[in-house]
Amino acid sequence: MSEILPAALVLADGSVFEGEHLGAVPQRGIASGEVVFNTAMAGYQEIITDPSYAGQIVTFTYPHIGNYGTASDDNESRGTFTRGIVIRDLARRHSNWRSEQSLEAFLIGHGVAGIAGVDTRRLTRLLRDAGALPGAFGPLVGDAATTIEALTAAAAAEPGTDGVDLVAQVTTESPYQVGSGARRVVALDFGIKTAIVEQLASFATVDVVPASTPAAEILARNPDGVFLSNGPGDPTQVPYAIATVRELLGQIPIFGICLGHQVLALAIDGSITKLPFGHHGANHPVRNERTGEVEITSQNHNFAVEPESVSARADITHINLNDGVCQGMALRDVPAFSVQHHPEASPGPHDSAYLFQEFDRLMATGG
Amino acid sequence: MGRRTDIETILLIGSGPIVIGQACEFDYSGTQACRALREEGYRVVLANSNPATIMTDPDFADATYVEPLTVEVLTAIIEAERPDALLPTLGGQTALNLAMDLVEAGVLDRYSVELIGADAEAISTAEDRQKFKEAMIEIGLEVPRSGVAHTMDEAMAIIGDIGLPVVIRPAYILGGRGTGIASTPEEFEHVAANGLAASPISEILIEESIAGWKEFELEVMRDRADNQVIICSIENLDPMGVHTGDSITVAPIQTLSDVEYQVLRDAAFACLRRVGVETGGSNVQFAVNPDDGRVVIIEMNPRVSRSSALASKATGFPIAKIAAKLAVGYTLDEIPNDITKKTPSSFEPVIDYVVTKIPRWAFEKFPGTDGVLGTSMQSVGEVMAIGRTFPESVQKACRSLEAGHTGLNASAAEARFLAMDDAELAAAVAVGTPDRLFQLAESLRRGVTIEDLHHQSKVDPWFLDQLSIVVEHRQWLEAQPTVASLSRADWRRTKQLGFSDAQVAYLLSESGDDVRAARLGHGVQATFKTVDTCAAEFEANTPYHYSTYEDESEVRPGTKPRIMILGSGPNRIGQGIEFDYCCVHASFALRDAGFETVMVNCNPETVSTDYDTSDRLYFEPITEEDVLNIIEVEKPIGVIVSLGGQTPLKLADRLPAELVLGTAPSSIDAAEDRDQWAAVCDRVGVPQPPGATAIGASEALAVAEQIGYPALVRPSYVLGGRAMEIVYDDVELKRAMTALGQDGSLGREGGLSAERPVLIDRFLEGAIEVDVDAVRDHTGAIAIGGVMEHVEEAGIHSGDSACVLPPPTLAPAVVDELMAITGRLAAELDVVGPINVQFAVQRGEVFVIEANPRASRTVPFVSKATGRPMAKVAARLMAGASLDDLRAEGLLGPDPHPPHWSVKEAVLPFNRFPAADALLGPEMRSTGEVMGVDLTPGLAFLKSQQAAGGALPGPDEGAVFWSLADRDKEEGIEAARVFAELGYRFVATAGTAEALTAAGLTVDIAVPKLGEGGRDAVALLSDGEVTIVVNTPRGRGARADGDYIRTAAAQQGTPLLTTVAAAKAAAMGLTESATSPLQVRSLQQLHQEMA
Ligand SMILES: Nc1ncnc2c1ncn2[C@@H]1O[C@H](COP(=O)(O)OP(=O)(O)O)[C@@H](O)[C@H]1O
Ligand SMILES: Nc1ncnc2c1ncn2[C@@H]1O[C@H](COP(=O)(O)OP(=O)(O)O)[C@@H](O)[C@H]1O
Ligand SMILES: [Mg+2]
Ligand SMILES: [Mg+2]
Repeated sequence: MSEILPAALVLADGSVFEGEHLGAVPQRGIASGEVVFNTAMAGYQEIITDPSYAGQIVTFTYPHIGNYGTASDDNESRGTFTRGIVIRDLARRHSNWRSEQSLEAFLIGHGVAGIAGVDTRRLTRLLRDAGALPGAFGPLVGDAATTIEALTAAAAAEPGTDGVDLVAQVTTESPYQVGSGARRVVALDFGIKTAIVEQLASFATVDVVPASTPAAEILARNPDGVFLSNGPGDPTQVPYAIATVRELLGQIPIFGICLGHQVLALAIDGSITKLPFGHHGANHPVRNERTGEVEITSQNHNFAVEPESVSARADITHINLNDGVCQGMALRDVPAFSVQHHPEASPGPHDSAYLFQEFDRLMATGG
Repeated sequence: MGRRTDIETILLIGSGPIVIGQACEFDYSGTQACRALREEGYRVVLANSNPATIMTDPDFADATYVEPLTVEVLTAIIEAERPDALLPTLGGQTALNLAMDLVEAGVLDRYSVELIGADAEAISTAEDRQKFKEAMIEIGLEVPRSGVAHTMDEAMAIIGDIGLPVVIRPAYILGGRGTGIASTPEEFEHVAANGLAASPISEILIEESIAGWKEFELEVMRDRADNQVIICSIENLDPMGVHTGDSITVAPIQTLSDVEYQVLRDAAFACLRRVGVETGGSNVQFAVNPDDGRVVIIEMNPRVSRSSALASKATGFPIAKIAAKLAVGYTLDEIPNDITKKTPSSFEPVIDYVVTKIPRWAFEKFPGTDGVLGTSMQSVGEVMAIGRTFPESVQKACRSLEAGHTGLNASAAEARFLAMDDAELAAAVAVGTPDRLFQLAESLRRGVTIEDLHHQSKVDPWFLDQLSIVVEHRQWLEAQPTVASLSRADWRRTKQLGFSDAQVAYLLSESGDDVRAARLGHGVQATFKTVDTCAAEFEANTPYHYSTYEDESEVRPGTKPRIMILGSGPNRIGQGIEFDYCCVHASFALRDAGFETVMVNCNPETVSTDYDTSDRLYFEPITEEDVLNIIEVEKPIGVIVSLGGQTPLKLADRLPAELVLGTAPSSIDAAEDRDQWAAVCDRVGVPQPPGATAIGASEALAVAEQIGYPALVRPSYVLGGRAMEIVYDDVELKRAMTALGQDGSLGREGGLSAERPVLIDRFLEGAIEVDVDAVRDHTGAIAIGGVMEHVEEAGIHSGDSACVLPPPTLAPAVVDELMAITGRLAAELDVVGPINVQFAVQRGEVFVIEANPRASRTVPFVSKATGRPMAKVAARLMAGASLDDLRAEGLLGPDPHPPHWSVKEAVLPFNRFPAADALLGPEMRSTGEVMGVDLTPGLAFLKSQQAAGGALPGPDEGAVFWSLADRDKEEGIEAARVFAELGYRFVATAGTAEALTAAGLTVDIAVPKLGEGGRDAVALLSDGEVTIVVNTPRGRGARADGDYIRTAAAQQGTPLLTTVAAAKAAAMGLTESATSPLQVRSLQQLHQEMA
């Protein structure tokens, strides 16, 4: 590893964390965003390339990051959208037969900055209590050197993710097709993860289309079903998509994940709340209210659906056992269902993969 | 679903004596289970032959049977207690096998007892290696290619197809006993034969060897709604080929991507479903080919295991407790997570630190063994350490070992490795041994590349690079002029890489105190983080802490006065579960008395390291630096050092004197230091065996000159008679002295060191040894716990000899004298708390062998035999209470006069070390103990033999083999006479045969000496004609005669009595048992009878 560049992370509440700079050097020496944490012990590459992290700086609670390097198969999107990573320790040497390059090389290649050597547990405890906070980090020495003052200012200036349309930054510019399955699915891309596309493509021909694609255009592709993808940030910032879904409801089976789940709720006039901290990990117990079985799930969201606000039209199908947050719903009057967690995992357990088969079945029966 | 209401009484089977492969982790799991089940309002009946366990405290079950774990005894217990259910998954392989036997014997059906936790079908699918493989192939998992053999011919046929190298593993065995890797046809024949012998159903599995692959373990829990979660993932640093129990293991998995890990997770779940584990915890082992990721499943244990204990301590998830609740009907989502209180147990713990386990071995006690690690487990204990990173974690684990290391090398203990030349070193790292980790570090220091080192050792490059980071920093430190030149940043990095102040002191040749001062000068102090199962995502209520060096410390100030209890560190021969028992009892007693208790220990197998045993738990190495760090944050009013064996005792005078509770460090020294001790004995007027100290052979010979032979040679400040020897002439004495002089194994143990002279005593031949345990309070009042008469004569380590309470043969006058002397010694040493005195009574004359002003190995046994909670009492006395106070409270009852007899018998690991002589001597070698209780000494002794696995076969099953030393012939004949009356036939070696015939006894065969032609003892043994061996060697010197007989007996598992005393006791028992049928009694019943 190149020799150590002292760096610091400053949060909007003024707290400062010492560390060492790693990865790419950010423009003007400062990376800023909404600081969140993820407790998954492996899967850093999937997380870094997950578009849902657009606008956010991800703290990894597991101290050793980079141990098994990176492999292009594990990318969750065409690039990286996180604003930076905060870790305790970056592996100096990686070891795994699948790996193609080290995490550090990968970060530099994708222009992602990071800070290592941080007391990430202190940071996590702080975020747990204060909720996600805007923050900024950067090297304190070297050509791009910044200062604690500059970082403090940057953290204060950082808007965070509320009220910003981050989807527009991550959605595909033009439609593309994946898979050759019998069924036809149109996937509205709010920041779709590759693992989801692959799951759908395993039984369908999937047209991935921009988030702003109007209903008519979607129906013109005469799909058997429409998929609403995961994505970053605040669902109220994509009114156009909400309108599209409202129009599609009843005309065609719909399945939504994560942001897609929230968009579906808003389309039936449900309401959304921002969670104190949100769910970011791969170990959350979710109970399937229909079977009573518990699924260990992969989660990454700050906003959640208010159960009562949708109860008029939907049944709550999944509940997070840690805090009772709504994790899934099924509409009673039209063929549409959605979950807040990530059945495609990546990273995380495969316990919820059955939901893709349910979508397939729903399309078969037309609801 | 909730708890089952259709069952009331549940029988729990413990794992019996501590043996290699099955240690006190099953006391941890059994204790948790007992608590959990009683919390749920069930009536718990417990059977366990091991008196040293905490689970066998009368308070933990409604009926506690400390009885032999045999089908016959269990049947009697079931008959008496009529349990509705049997929970077999928390008592290790012993409980599982016993449950299967009870099923096959139809006992469970007869008394309609339901097997809960795992059913018979599931157990056999998991345990029968062939069945298991077929099941796994059926669900599409890969297993190593293999075949099953029941005979040598079948075995040969199999390697015909799969070729060599292969691994050979017997069915139904634990800890890999009798398994091995064979690369040549010769090795193959040897290992296969052993394997067939080791398997109770003489079945072995022969398997393609995948030694060198990465090895992983997953700890899984399943409930009856088929919810499954992974509690912990573990990666072995030592690749396939070294038993997981002998491997350095790390949690969580470090070198697999999520993609690969999820494959293992899915496979583990599929495995449990197919095997049919109904509910509870299981352990699944995988191997992964580092070159292409090919995954094969190695085995699964359908029960709580050693790794479950590790996983529980590593994550804070109480596997055994939850397993017990699942067994009675709960589902995971119905059980709250103890640590967060808010969230359910149906989740997967995540950790934000690195856990390292390093095993501890005892090869030095078994001369003749090669000390190479393989597929059969040989370690006797383990340590676990928690750090934020692997370097910190592994360094903490190294210094927890108490093997002379103060970290990963950079300590005096590295001398051995520095001395090796490059070629030696390269050869050494290719083989799994207790030293490999340190040899890897030394290789890196010499600049061996990670590629080469990986090629030699097969250890994953990630681990090697992490070790290299430590080594490179060591080199950087070495290059610093003085400790003063280290900046705050340097210190932070040094400590974050896990370096102890002692290592820094060694590298910069400064004093430990100066180093510590310099560090604190920069304000670089230990910070304490919390083990919380969720990587801080939720708030944790459980103060379970570990140290690291970061920004924030999470320790909350306490409310009540705090007392710190220092545990006993890794289990080892001579210091095991007994001491954990004492520490845990102290914690309970002091908590009840209104103190906040702070436990410090680094042994993951123990009850003391359960987060709910004490008010606060620090999972830390027990070294001066680490303990002082904790004292700084906890500010206890006192520290207890005398209940955890030698480990904390060694620290006594390094801690602030005013904090050491109970007996003063100076008294502790007075008892250990030869000259001071002699002075004490003179003042008190008790004779010691004549003797003196010597430095070097010539002085030793001079001493021997005065006191005469036989003489006993020993280092001071060691436990378990370490390196102690009886010598019969100058030659043996010289050899013994040179052995001690060299660094040998003792330097490593931190036991012997040059400035500590060797003690040479007159060896008292044919003396009766007696142990006395007592407690004394600050007013000078004393209470005797028990007087134990040993069955074997002095010369056999107290830890290895059977003992009887109350003393069966000693004259009351002698017993009174022993108690009186104990009182005088305790007073002279101003003991406050426990004291143990060992005596040798030679022809009615009393000698003191030693006094230990600390809790002794026998405390739990005494407590169970008499109903007196000795450790609790001792703890309270040290915390200021008087015996009268405790009587008033009712903690201490009137002096007990048990109407029954209790026998403690030692359990020895010779079957694991075929190359070692199975002869008992002054160096302790037993790993565990059992207890037999009955109405006569003979019956109690017989039970103890049964419990120890040496049930004596009847007269019609085979002959008794006699081979007596001349001095034993006279008494031996008396014993033989009784055997003859019982109808036993005899075979004997020539001289003994003569003596027996002369005494009018019939000897069928006079056995020729080895090599004299004809069928020798070994042949008779292996043909099963001889079923009991009585062999008392001439003397107990190094190369005692007849060792081939004892070795053969040990390998065959034939009951072996090496003293006449034991033979007599056995004879007595056999006579009595012929007329009195088996009776079982619960401790509660026994203690009732005494009151
Ligand atoms: N096919 C194999 N090739 C090489 N080593 C093996 C093989 N199978 C097992 N081992 C080694 O032997 C050890 C013990 O095997 P295991 O099946 O776990 O038996 P046990 O029941 O004693 O744990 C394993 O930990 C592994 O290191
Ligand atoms: N002078 C002696 N004569 C005979 N046997 C002795 C003598 N001294 C010690 N022993 C035997 O050696 C064993 C170990 O000695 P001890 O002083 O108790 O060491 P440790 O501190 O390891 O228990 C004793 O249990 C006893 O059997
Ligand atoms: Mg195993
Ligand atoms: Mg002793």
